Amino acid sequence: MSKTQSRIDLKSYKPKDADRVFFGGASLAAALSLLLVLMIVAFLLNGSWTTFQQQGLKFVTGSIWDSASETPTFQIFPMLYGSFLISALGLVIAVPVSIATAYFIQFMAKGIFAKVAISIIDLLAALPSILIAMWGLLVLTPVATGWSELLTKHLGFIPIFANDEPNAFRSPFIAGFVVAIMVIPIITSVTREVMSRVDKELIAAAFALGGTSFSSLRRVVIPTARSGILGGILLGLGRALGETIAIYYVLNLLFETNFYSILEPRGGSIASLIISRFGEATPVELRALMAAGVVLFVFTLIVNMLATAIVQRSEKRMAS
Amino acid sequence: MTTTIEGSMEMTTQVETKRLRTLDEQYHLEARDINVWFKERHVLSDVSLKFPTNSVTALIGPSGCGKSSFIRTLNRMHELIPGAGLAGEIYLDGKNIYDADIDPVSVRLKIGMVFQKPNPFPTMTIKGNVLAGLRLSNRRTRDENELVEKCLTRASIWNEVKDRLDAPAGSLSGGQQQRLCIARSLALAPDVLLMDEPCSALDPGSTRRIEETIRELSSDMTVVIVTHNMQQAQRVSDQTAFFLAEENQPGYVVEFGNTEALFSSPNDPRTEDYVNGRFG
Repeated sequence: MSKTQSRIDLKSYKPKDADRVFFGGASLAAALSLLLVLMIVAFLLNGSWTTFQQQGLKFVTGSIWDSASETPTFQIFPMLYGSFLISALGLVIAVPVSIATAYFIQFMAKGIFAKVAISIIDLLAALPSILIAMWGLLVLTPVATGWSELLTKHLGFIPIFANDEPNAFRSPFIAGFVVAIMVIPIITSVTREVMSRVDKELIAAAFALGGTSFSSLRRVVIPTARSGILGGILLGLGRALGETIAIYYVLNLLFETNFYSILEPRGGSIASLIISRFGEATPVELRALMAAGVVLFVFTLIVNMLATAIVQRSEKRMAS
Repeated sequence: MTTTIEGSMEMTTQVETKRLRTLDEQYHLEARDINVWFKERHVLSDVSLKFPTNSVTALIGPSGCGKSSFIRTLNRMHELIPGAGLAGEIYLDGKNIYDADIDPVSVRLKIGMVFQKPNPFPTMTIKGNVLAGLRLSNRRTRDENELVEKCLTRASIWNEVKDRLDAPAGSLSGGQQQRLCIARSLALAPDVLLMDEPCSALDPGSTRRIEETIRELSSDMTVVIVTHNMQQAQRVSDQTAFFLAEENQPGYVVEFGNTEALFSSPNDPRTEDYVNGRFG
């Protein structure tokens, strides 16, 4: 009796229907997402191929956008440069704020305050960009225009703060500010994460050696978490480069390269070029816009891959 | 003739020092009625210990009896732990380090600490680690190289690292890293050095060298060392405190006194059981 009870019949196992359905569904979903990415890449390449062929390398390095003439010229350098300029401005504002916020949450805030601060940062990340765009236009722009005028008045001898235009609305500076608001949550949460992995014993040692909160942050926490923080900054850069609507709302789009006059109301970015031209573009121009999208995609892809690699490497190093 | 006089004078001085040390005000560092809590949990009860100038005191006892918590109250590192509570007083040269007008940073500069696990700053060089305390506390020295050599020499690691001061601290072995951490503390010229099981992660050879260093340092520094190693306590310390905690009860000091006496003829049967390895 006991013999038959303990015997397990290995052959009698049959997969249940529910298991099979779940396995099939999950595989299909995984395959579908891969297929979607491939199809989008194929669509973009197909649409933009003729532009790359006709314009050559000049598409990226040149500065003429002429869709009206018989042989139209499409070159996106001013917009590409603008994307990086605005992103850089955004990071200059966002990085110190994010690092300080992360340090506050991780090491200074106690109990409930830390939790509330984390939720607020997450909430900021969840704000739709159209809302930030409207806030940027209606609230930030009037205020930041005042700051811009102050900067020009007192620091105008420094070339980047000079302004030869009659006003200071819709400048790369303001666009950079809006971008900063959007990337602060990303950089803050990554930075907090890597700071939480810094060996507590190292921080204890810093305090035991007469360190203060600030000197420990500067001499020990930031250097130790350096590569992780850099990864977070690059993730933020990836987000900033692709930002569309918020920049479109607050920036005066002008097709010329504004190299450094960040307070003057002229600038551009690839995403706002696409959104502003898309509605009225000729078929040829449409393909050029798609090509511009491909260039942006390549750059954000590189930045994101770099960021992921750096974050992973630092996590591995800190775990060992 | 002269030698005799010098010899007798020396003896008088020694006798005098011994006698003076019995007086309260001659104790360099003193803990009075220290109680420690973590949140609601009472982990240490009424610990009072006196540390004479330039003595080495060993704190022994089984794991979880509050030795490490106690040593962290001596330089105000305890209060950095979330949920930590404290009652009692610590006197350094007659002044309570927990008085409201005392800056904890200044306490930590006078009372240095070496941790259980060697924890040199991995992003800094060997030289950078020695100078880290100066940088962290925003202070300067006239000759950095001289200070680095002095501290590394006193921690008896100078000869091993003098040709690679700019190498990262992580390139050193565990024992070397711990000696670097000692040198790092010495750079701030502390009056007291606290060591929380400094050899527990090290091999016997490194342990022996650190013990030699402790003996040398005690010529001009008060040392308090937590150790699990009974032989180590006997080798390095002048006086020993035996900590014990019964289950779910706060830890306390069972016996405190001259190391030799405590190990050879303990007053308390629990001390005898512990030092003879019958529990713990």
